Amino acid sequence: MLRYAVKRIALAVVILITVMLAMYAMVFLVPGDPASLALGPRATPELKALLRERMGLDEPVLWQVWHFFRSAATGDLGYDVWSKRPVLDQILEFFPNTLILGVAALGWALTLGIALGATAVVWRDTVADRLLGILSVGLISVPAFVVAIYAILIFAVWLRWLPAIGAGNPGDPLSQLRALVLPAFALGVGWVGYLARLVRASLLEVMGENHIRTARAFGLPESRVVLRYGLRVAIIPTIALMAVGLGSILSSAVFVETVFGRPGIGTLITGAVQKRNYPVVMGTVLFMTAFYLFIVTAADLLIARLDPRVRDVLRR
Amino acid sequence: MTDPVLSVENLSLRYRVPGGSLQVLRDVSLSVQPGEVLGIAGESGCGKSTLAAAMIDLTGANAERTAGTIRLSGRDILSLGQADRRRMRGRDVAMVFQDPMTAFSPVLTMGSQLVDFQCNLDGVSRREKSDRARAMLARVGLSDPDLAMTRFPHELSGGMRQRAAIAAALLMRPAVLIADEPTTALDVTMEAQIIHLLRELQADYGCAIVIVTHHLGVIAELCDRVAVMYAGQVVEEAPVDALYHDPRHPYTRALLACDPARIEEHTGRLPAIGGRLPDLTAPPPGCAFAPRCPLASDRCRTLPPPRVTIGPGRAALCHEVAP
Ligand SMILES: Nc1ncnc2c1ncn2[C@@H]1O[C@H](COP(=O)(O)OP(=O)(O)O)[C@@H](O)[C@H]1O
Ligand code: SF4
Ligand SMILES: [Mg+2]
Repeated sequence: MLRYAVKRIALAVVILITVMLAMYAMVFLVPGDPASLALGPRATPELKALLRERMGLDEPVLWQVWHFFRSAATGDLGYDVWSKRPVLDQILEFFPNTLILGVAALGWALTLGIALGATAVVWRDTVADRLLGILSVGLISVPAFVVAIYAILIFAVWLRWLPAIGAGNPGDPLSQLRALVLPAFALGVGWVGYLARLVRASLLEVMGENHIRTARAFGLPESRVVLRYGLRVAIIPTIALMAVGLGSILSSAVFVETVFGRPGIGTLITGAVQKRNYPVVMGTVLFMTAFYLFIVTAADLLIARLDPRVRDVLRR
Repeated sequence: MTDPVLSVENLSLRYRVPGGSLQVLRDVSLSVQPGEVLGIAGESGCGKSTLAAAMIDLTGANAERTAGTIRLSGRDILSLGQADRRRMRGRDVAMVFQDPMTAFSPVLTMGSQLVDFQCNLDGVSRREKSDRARAMLARVGLSDPDLAMTRFPHELSGGMRQRAAIAAALLMRPAVLIADEPTTALDVTMEAQIIHLLRELQADYGCAIVIVTHHLGVIAELCDRVAVMYAGQVVEEAPVDALYHDPRHPYTRALLACDPARIEEHTGRLPAIGGRLPDLTAPPPGCAFAPRCPLASDRCRTLPPPRVTIGPGRAALCHEVAP
């Protein structure tokens, strides 16, 4: 298990470094000087030189890369070109908002998705199962931004139940919760259908296994057979997917945050890209990649713990 | 004779398969007396597992009963509602499956599964159920039942797991224990131990046992009576000694000739019955064994063979068998 953990973590570090190198390559391969693009056509050469220096673009490329990794390793992600604030401070300010949004979206999607998937299996091959199937496919096919716009229209504009934009007032949990509902709903909707399908398929496969027959042979109620004996095994692939799901949800959070004018990593990074604020872009990408890799690695290790068979193979 | 604890009467069952249906059981009748050990023999694919599963009402979703009844402790189980059928499991009838490797959930400990399996035992707390499970594990010969309770199934050896499966089946003192090839997945030493254990437990608890096996040695060791199946039919039924000393049905004879345990000289080659099982999607009009039978005549190929009663508790399904 320990060897496996070390291997997985080493792999995560290698991926992280590769991603950052790719980011650097992109900055340098995109045509045009970032400083002139950022400052516009009327900027003086002195101003451009100053900005280039602040962006760290005046040094040789390899030196820049080395410099970036060295300071990143100590937790220093550089400074905002415009405000001169440390990049890490900004990330830490915005990230909780995004994380809460992602976790809330995934949380309700997961709960409902598993419930719908398990329901479909308990009632398999009935009308209810087929209706759930249609509903799931429907939910998968609707793009999150469409849901977001309609959610705003209905619940914020017409019914005025919930705020349309923002993340709520600082220090007022109720207003923050109310501000979370619509974005989390919009972000999670597509996943509900997806998870319901996944859980249903995975559960149906498990339901054909011998141990399910054993449980039935002892007269366990079907609901208990499905929920305890089936779901316990069927949920394992879902966890792996959830880690990937959180990554993908965090990236869709970018435009959900934009639609809902919600401060977060999404708004931070779109703003930084528009202003060619490279240190912020780089720092944010590094941070999010590291976070994503952390989640995926943690999920793999969790699965190894949850599935005694995997745990045992790894112990050998 | 007392009332049978389990009886199958004229059961016909088919599996819906793409492009037709498989007539997997055809007019099967069998009965098991309280405390009796009945063996079901026959080559692979002849419907033994289907019959065993039908006895506990666990045939697959594509199975369809076309005729017949199954009585358990006098009750027609197929006419009961879902809940009542469920309530009989474990108490009136319990099952041991072939493959101990996959019979238990891989993600729950043995202990929690053995407790779950007593769900039809009313008025007993989880603690007591756990104690009962531990005692039963000790009874089936697990040296450290406390440890075994906390283990996951894959952490036990195949033999231990099959013992645990037998323990599970006996937890509620069922009137009938059905065992579908309980030793096929095990090596020879283990097989002998499990058979020995079953015999002991049968003597202790007095439950009736239906054991499915293609190993005739197991039947000779354990059973009072044997039903030989071929292509979904019981072709011969006899007390075990009578069957071994005087097999009547040509298929039984062929089967006994093939049994490795009965081959005195080690020629290094096992005899096999020539030919294959008939296509069960369209069973032949006459005797299903006719294409492989040395005694087959024209009427065998066209007329279904009669059930000939040979003596007390003996019958065969054959044109050429004399009463
Ligand atoms: N669920 C099923 N669906 C379709 N065919 C099946 C199913 N289960 C078993 N069969 C077929 O039915 C026949 C009898 O199977 P089975 O009862 O397992 O025989 P045995 O236990 O004697 O080997 C075989 O031909 C097998 O392929
Ligand atoms: S009925 Fe005919 S073919 Fe069938 S077993 Fe008897 S002798 Fe052989
Ligand atoms: Mg079988």
